[in-house]
Amino acid sequence: MNYHWDWSVFSQLTITTVDRYWQWMLSGLALTVLIALLAWMFALALGVLLGIARTVPFRPARVVVGAYVEVFRNIPLLVQLFFWYYIAPVFLSLPWQAVINTAQPVLVQTVTAVLCLGLFTAARVCEQVRAGIEAQPKDQFSAALALGLKRRQAYRYVILPMAFRVILPPLTSEFLNVFKNTAVVLTIGLLELTAQSRQVGEFTGHIFEAFIVATLLYFLIAQTVSRLMGRLERRLTIPGESGGGR
Amino acid sequence: MNLSLDWSVLPAALPFLLQGMGFSIALLVVSLLGGLLLGTGLALMRLSSNVLVSSFAAAYVGIFRSIPLVLAIFWCYLLVPMLIEAVRGVHTPIGPMYSAFIAYAMFEAAYFCEVIRAGILSVPRGQTGASLALGLTRAQTMRHIILPQALRTMMPLILTKSIIIFQDTSLVYVISVSDFLGAATKIGQRDSRLIELYLFAGVVYFILCFAASKFVEARTHRKVAT
Amino acid sequence: MSRSGVRLALIGALIPVIAMAAPRFGSANPDDGAGRRTTLEKIRRTGVITLGHRENSIPFSYFDDRQRVVGYAHDISVAVAREVERELGMSSLTLKLVPVTSQTRIPLLINNTIDLECGTTTNNRIRGRQVGFSTNYFISGTRFLTRKGSGIHDLDDLRGRNVVVSAGTTSEIVLRRVNAQRKLGIRIIAARDHGDAFVALEFGKAIAFMSDAAILYGEISKAKRPDDWHVIGTPMTEEVYACAMRKGDVEFKAVVDRAIQRMMRDGDMRKLYARWFQAPIPPREVNLQVPLDPGLSALFAYPNDLPLE
Repeated sequence: MNYHWDWSVFSQLTITTVDRYWQWMLSGLALTVLIALLAWMFALALGVLLGIARTVPFRPARVVVGAYVEVFRNIPLLVQLFFWYYIAPVFLSLPWQAVINTAQPVLVQTVTAVLCLGLFTAARVCEQVRAGIEAQPKDQFSAALALGLKRRQAYRYVILPMAFRVILPPLTSEFLNVFKNTAVVLTIGLLELTAQSRQVGEFTGHIFEAFIVATLLYFLIAQTVSRLMGRLERRLTIPGESGGGR
Repeated sequence: MNLSLDWSVLPAALPFLLQGMGFSIALLVVSLLGGLLLGTGLALMRLSSNVLVSSFAAAYVGIFRSIPLVLAIFWCYLLVPMLIEAVRGVHTPIGPMYSAFIAYAMFEAAYFCEVIRAGILSVPRGQTGASLALGLTRAQTMRHIILPQALRTMMPLILTKSIIIFQDTSLVYVISVSDFLGAATKIGQRDSRLIELYLFAGVVYFILCFAASKFVEARTHRKVAT
Repeated sequence: MSRSGVRLALIGALIPVIAMAAPRFGSANPDDGAGRRTTLEKIRRTGVITLGHRENSIPFSYFDDRQRVVGYAHDISVAVAREVERELGMSSLTLKLVPVTSQTRIPLLINNTIDLECGTTTNNRIRGRQVGFSTNYFISGTRFLTRKGSGIHDLDDLRGRNVVVSAGTTSEIVLRRVNAQRKLGIRIIAARDHGDAFVALEFGKAIAFMSDAAILYGEISKAKRPDDWHVIGTPMTEEVYACAMRKGDVEFKAVVDRAIQRMMRDGDMRKLYARWFQAPIPPREVNLQVPLDPGLSALFAYPNDLPLE
């Protein structure tokens, strides 16, 4: 292999001569983390609501949410992204399209990315929440109602706390998936970590160094998330309850 | 941009789109088989008592499960031709398609490693003990007793994962390989009918994956959250 | 993973790193070290020459509507292949065609996937450090593609606006540099290739597409309504296109150059230019009507392989 290594490329001035390559990598990392966190918060909020909706005794709600889940789970993420970025704006009125087209592209792309990733992940969170709720013994709910709790209170104080603990492990892997799925947004031109590492590699000719750094950063993210969620899991464990975790 | 859909380009485009779908399915099959094979190997490595072997497998799995599939695709796109040349000692022209096959197989192998490892560990210990007592070697035990049961337990997970892999085949877009989505993009750009082609692609993916997931549900008699 | 798990994993990860960094013990080819395994040898041995081509770079290298590769640069690479065939005294050389994008063309040359890439690759000094270049076969300048009536006439009109470029091209480099140094506030969108870039333009994501004029003319030819678009702006840079090959491969370069220079001497290059730039071309039989640049005539008369920057 006649490749010559040079780790100092990161401290070199970029082709724009106004910044350095490590700054490009950092901006990619920041964008990845930002999109992932925003999308996850959105997905969590929406997913929990939808998951609950799938367990209420009101059939229309269950059907509608069921349809949502099927649609967003059976279409590839990339296709969904192209839909939101290219197709959805065309359905808006022309003035609104003009607003989108003249706004800062990075902002538009980020919003699109968060929306798309959020909706995609929400469908999966919904299913996990539903599984968690349905995993609770039926008596829990009946007992709660018998004790005089309203439906809403039964969910909030009895079912959901336990359901949440049960699904913490699959939820953690879903959270990790969100970070990995952010890479897809490079196809609409957003320079997240993978895209930036490619840029750095392309412009310096040192693609290996750039990719290795990106790989290590993703590994670091995964480790951090796993550790934090593990700590959360331990803090939330109720002694005597299996929790269903590892 | 005004919305005025014109679907007339679709019929002529179908042969090319079908070709793309053929590649998507080929990629699914290769990554499934390759991933399961490599994943089983990795699972066995992880369960090995040799520290070097098990830590290498752990590193492999740890890294491949942390990085996006897109990055794995880029890595293999860069490395596979170089590694093939290093092994064979000669320049071997290899198109992006083959790099994609290898990328997906290696990526999914990490996932399957964990699944199979869990499956192996879920087989009761007594089975191993009984089989050894009956005179089978460790290797025979694994091959004839443990692995078949492990795979049977893990089948629902493997089936639902296949549907996800099929959707993920669309990511070869990033190295300009013509899978179904890539073909739809090419036609859409060439004939200025991108919206129609993307909508069509979305519908096709939906129908295929929805049907597949219903089939899997029926076969396993239960809904497994993907 | 537990703490000890991570430690073990990191130890495990060192194994491939050490393997990669270690020198290769022994070599399958006795030439390794001083010379290199040359492309000609490889072609002679395998009977195959692998040509990299573009999918969408009208009229240089692209797929027509029957998914066949065609184009000005592609015809040049085929002529080179014929020359290689003659040089090696082979009766039939198999041409293998591999699609590339602006981001993948150099990695694919370096990792030996392709032997030659003739498309829209600019011959410049920076690239010249990684790859070798043939005799230049085209001169172009970077300009902007925009809708007629968009109000954009030159670079200054693009202050604060969205401009799309193809990722990994010299246009991206130039635009980023000029934008940063002159603080123009241009929002740059880097698209996967020319096709994606034109889509961004068509869908209004960008107000202008910056690229080599010849590429822009090609995109006009593919548009739903070619008359809606025009190429504007003073050329920000002048660029020369050449075929890219592996660096240091002197023998192969000699053959490639011989093929190209012969075409220029015999007037075939001029005819090829007319065929692709001044006549109806696939897929929609649009005539680009690009007049022959005086700089290009000069290039045909006095061939060279010098980068312009």
